[in-house]
Amino acid sequence: MAFVQNFPFMSILLSLFSGPLCSVLDGKWARRVNTAVIAVIGIMSAFVLKHVSAGQPYVYRMGHFSAPWGNEIRVGTLEAFMACFFCAVMLLCMLGGIRERAAQIEEGKQNLYYVMVNLLLCSLLALIYTNDLFTAYVFVEINTISACGLIMIRQTGRTFEAATRYMIMSLLGSGLLLLGICHLYAVTGHLLMSNIKEQVQVITATGQYHISLMVALGLMSVGLAIKSALYPFHAWLPDAYGYSTLSSSAILSSLVSKGYIFLLIKIFYRVVGIQAVRESKVVNVLFVFGIAGMIMGSLSAIKEENLKRMIAYSSVAQIGYIYMGLGLATDAGAIASLYHVLSHAATKSLLFVAAAGLAQASGGSDRYGDITGAGFRNRLAGVAFTVGSLSMVGMPVFSGFISKLLFARAAVGHAHKMLPTVIALAVSTILNAVYFMKTVIRIYTIRPVEPGREGENSGSGGTGRQSTGGIGAVSAIEVAEAEILSKETGRTVRLLEEPAKAAALVCFILLNLILGLNSDPIVRLIQGGIEMFE
Amino acid sequence: MSRKVPEERYRKTFSYRFKAWLEGTKDPFLGQVEMHRQEAPPESGEERARRERDEETLRARVYDLEHNFEMRIFNRVYRVFSILFCIFLVVMLLAAVSDLPAFGRGENPVNNEVAQRYIEEGLEETGAVNIVTGMILDYRAFDTLGESHVLFIATCTVLILLRRDGEEEQREGRDNDRLYEPKDDVILQTAARVLVPPILLFGIYIILAGHLGPGGGFSGGAVIGAGLILYLNAFGFAKTERFFTARTYRRTSFCALACYSLAKSYSFYTGANHIESVIPLGTPGAILSSGLILVLNICVGVVVAGTMYTFYVMFRKGGY
Repeated sequence: MAFVQNFPFMSILLSLFSGPLCSVLDGKWARRVNTAVIAVIGIMSAFVLKHVSAGQPYVYRMGHFSAPWGNEIRVGTLEAFMACFFCAVMLLCMLGGIRERAAQIEEGKQNLYYVMVNLLLCSLLALIYTNDLFTAYVFVEINTISACGLIMIRQTGRTFEAATRYMIMSLLGSGLLLLGICHLYAVTGHLLMSNIKEQVQVITATGQYHISLMVALGLMSVGLAIKSALYPFHAWLPDAYGYSTLSSSAILSSLVSKGYIFLLIKIFYRVVGIQAVRESKVVNVLFVFGIAGMIMGSLSAIKEENLKRMIAYSSVAQIGYIYMGLGLATDAGAIASLYHVLSHAATKSLLFVAAAGLAQASGGSDRYGDITGAGFRNRLAGVAFTVGSLSMVGMPVFSGFISKLLFARAAVGHAHKMLPTVIALAVSTILNAVYFMKTVIRIYTIRPVEPGREGENSGSGGTGRQSTGGIGAVSAIEVAEAEILSKETGRTVRLLEEPAKAAALVCFILLNLILGLNSDPIVRLIQGGIEMFE
Repeated sequence: MSRKVPEERYRKTFSYRFKAWLEGTKDPFLGQVEMHRQEAPPESGEERARRERDEETLRARVYDLEHNFEMRIFNRVYRVFSILFCIFLVVMLLAAVSDLPAFGRGENPVNNEVAQRYIEEGLEETGAVNIVTGMILDYRAFDTLGESHVLFIATCTVLILLRRDGEEEQREGRDNDRLYEPKDDVILQTAARVLVPPILLFGIYIILAGHLGPGGGFSGGAVIGAGLILYLNAFGFAKTERFFTARTYRRTSFCALACYSLAKSYSFYTGANHIESVIPLGTPGAILSSGLILVLNICVGVVVAGTMYTFYVMFRKGGY
């Protein structure tokens, strides 16, 4: 066995080990360890990718007992590529949010943040590589708890509420997933993905246990859909992404939900078999919810007044795209979904970091009124936000265009779902354009004359105080709001004021351009990876 | 014939105190035990009314109740839909369960080569008399490795949520703790003095004998954690903090998890690369047998005990 084949196992164990290690270090050293670990794992995954793209996928036995008795992980091109990509995005997210983390997290709890991030990385890697459904469940638990920690480590009332909601919904999703796995185990007698697939083929041939199998598939799909915020289950998302600290928002939106989607794709292809999935009606449910999410998510984003929450609602729409692609239940649909996973991960984290940059140039406020003209005050963030917006809308050159093209191509010729898919794509693109272009225009609008604005602010604060006068707490809130509004709302942020964030933004833009201009090899790689799943 | 004993000396004898206790003239615990009645935090009616009104207004503002059309519609249809949905779910799950293979039949799909090998060859291959321990710590050790990290990360999340860092906040936590929990309770202390050592010993026994009989790191660790919590309740933080603080917890759990990770890395690496492991399995039934299982059980036990104790302390005082 080539030494490089050990790398996936080593990267899982390394990130797992670095979690407890960070808990005994102080914040500064924990950050260094975290950065090093992510970088090393990214490099190792690149080597693995090089190794498997030349040869065959392989299984790696975890211990002295082979497959159905012991644990094993499986490495193909898609897995290695995903691991490498996730590490790159995570590294950039962590890089972009250094200043916000220092300001928003208590001094003594900084190291705990890195514990969470390391274990989150570990669970993502395990979800990507695992070949065993129960192992997947164990690491889904780690993923859930660490995501919760990432949300509430910025300790405000809003994040506590958001974390509570996230916890409830996410645990419901885990519960459904576990129930589905139990059903599947009862009718197949296995937990290893390949063995389950064999057994599923046997029982579909005999027609035995049909209801149980379908219920298991439904429970697992819905469970993972809840955890990745598919439309009707998305209520936890805007608060969780909108109020947590920058790195958390970026990591949650671009990686955590994507890990679950990748697991679902693995379940479709490697556990139940895409043929059985296609014949079941479960995919239609995902398809309908996906389309509903594309429209409703965008409508909510249009109504939103807060920049970060707007980007969060846009995630609901983008997750809708991914599930729509899965709902087509064809290889082309799955490829488009996977490409959109990459494209969304690269773009959404870019948007979050850029939005933080814009807020920084607007007195720390990301309310819609305050960011007027912020693109002039922080030029790099302005450019980055524009790039991200264009990519989300689907302009050529950027990554979003390719994924929309792939979705449209996947839909063409599909028996029943062609028309709804294409219409939904068109409507959703227009809605995306409405809220993203609205924001881009706003950040490049010169602010109206200051005195008029001042008057308007004090006026609104005054009326608020009058109408609610007498109630202590409320008037305190009014005063606080008026203070935020009347605060010096603009300052120019120099290009290299915060080199880490600038570097992260530039890298994100480059990543976006690479995905947008050089899509053919990546699409081929995804296609090859999906074929390897069989 | 009786010897005359001075009154003073007689009062000090056990028989006098026993007689006094029997007759009810003197309560031996009075003045010895610190007794606090639990009281709600002081709050005048006006303050409370204001708090409630503020909460109401805040809620109305957050959800914009007056203009929130969606919320009104939602509240109306919510009940109907939730009942319908629950009925649908119940019917669906019942249908699925009745479709499952009947419980306990020999020809069920779960009775396959996997279970067979665990039962027939488990003892020989893992060296553990307790097959369950052999399964979770040897055949499927990767899952258990993840599971013990679930506990660790849960503790870290509780630390994020509840730990108080500032000097002021910590003092406040101590004072509050003194308000609600009676101190120096003789009954509790006497009972704890008798109970805690056997509880801890029993926990250690469960951990160490995990590969020989029912037990293992998870259950033994829970028992030890319970013993520590009892000790803390009886003797207070001042005494427990002499040997167990947050730093101790961090270090022990780091060592245990690192030891687990390293041990398992070794066995994963050798297993995957088909290298013979040098760790002997020993004689089944002996305390030093079954390879790494004993070590892993100790690691899991340390993590579980620390987790239980830390949860308790965090929820009670927010720091130690």
